[in-house]
Amino acid sequence: MHPDVALVARVRDGDTQAFEQLVRQYDRQVFRIAQHITQNREDAEDIVQDAFLKAYEKLDQFQGNSKFSTWLIRIAVNESLMRLRKRKNARTVSMDEDVQTDEGFIPRDFADWSPNPEQQFGQSELADILRKTIQGLPEGFRSVFVLRDVENLSTEETAEMLGLSVPAVKSRLLRARLQLRERLSRHFKQAKGAPEK
Amino acid sequence: MTCKEFLAQLTDYFDGKLAADLEAEVRTHMGKCGHCEVVVNTTRKTIEVYRNNEVYEISPSLRERLCAAIMSKCKGKKPGCSSEE
Repeated sequence: MHPDVALVARVRDGDTQAFEQLVRQYDRQVFRIAQHITQNREDAEDIVQDAFLKAYEKLDQFQGNSKFSTWLIRIAVNESLMRLRKRKNARTVSMDEDVQTDEGFIPRDFADWSPNPEQQFGQSELADILRKTIQGLPEGFRSVFVLRDVENLSTEETAEMLGLSVPAVKSRLLRARLQLRERLSRHFKQAKGAPEK
Repeated sequence: MTCKEFLAQLTDYFDGKLAADLEAEVRTHMGKCGHCEVVVNTTRKTIEVYRNNEVYEISPSLRERLCAAIMSKCKGKKPGCSSEE
């Protein structure tokens, strides 16, 4: 049995310390997802609070069919998408926004990277590169990449959370990965040797 | 298999969900096409680097503040009482 199941049972019995334990366990993850989706730090802070509060209030709806973390992430993604829509001020926002429907992305940069290119950067410099690179992705690609590849959710879970079909998730994931790769290549390739002529 | 056909299989290839014959085709293509081999290796690295590095740090003081705010909002509420509202 997953240790979270016992914690959830304790929360249901009125043990608030058990809930605090869950908060401390997943706050970083919820914050990361919220920040990636909304691209706004204040929103992400609010979403952490709202998501955990909602989870606490709706704990009776947690069936235990999925992991607690997946259930919590679903709440956090919903909150994030709602914030995003609110912030964009009634403009029609969907996961389709900014997503091209043409054939897709063709790789252009075929330079290889060194085995551990990230080690050539300091931690904060690397985080800066990764942040700026992923921020440049269209929203509909970024959310799919974050849920699938960063948070390690399944294609089906990602599709359900974002209201997309499984083929749409797969197609967006491919394009997100290829675009990120192409953009990172610029940094990692330059770091490897002399600048291109 | 062309490079375009190869790319179309990439997601399932990473997930290990390709049928054996298709996976063999993918591997054969990679063995012959240096460009696609680089794309596979650097795409795999792209995923790894995002998975292993925290892009958005949350400071210990912010974590404490958020945790305190959450716990104070939960105080006095029963867990799982949304259906009563």
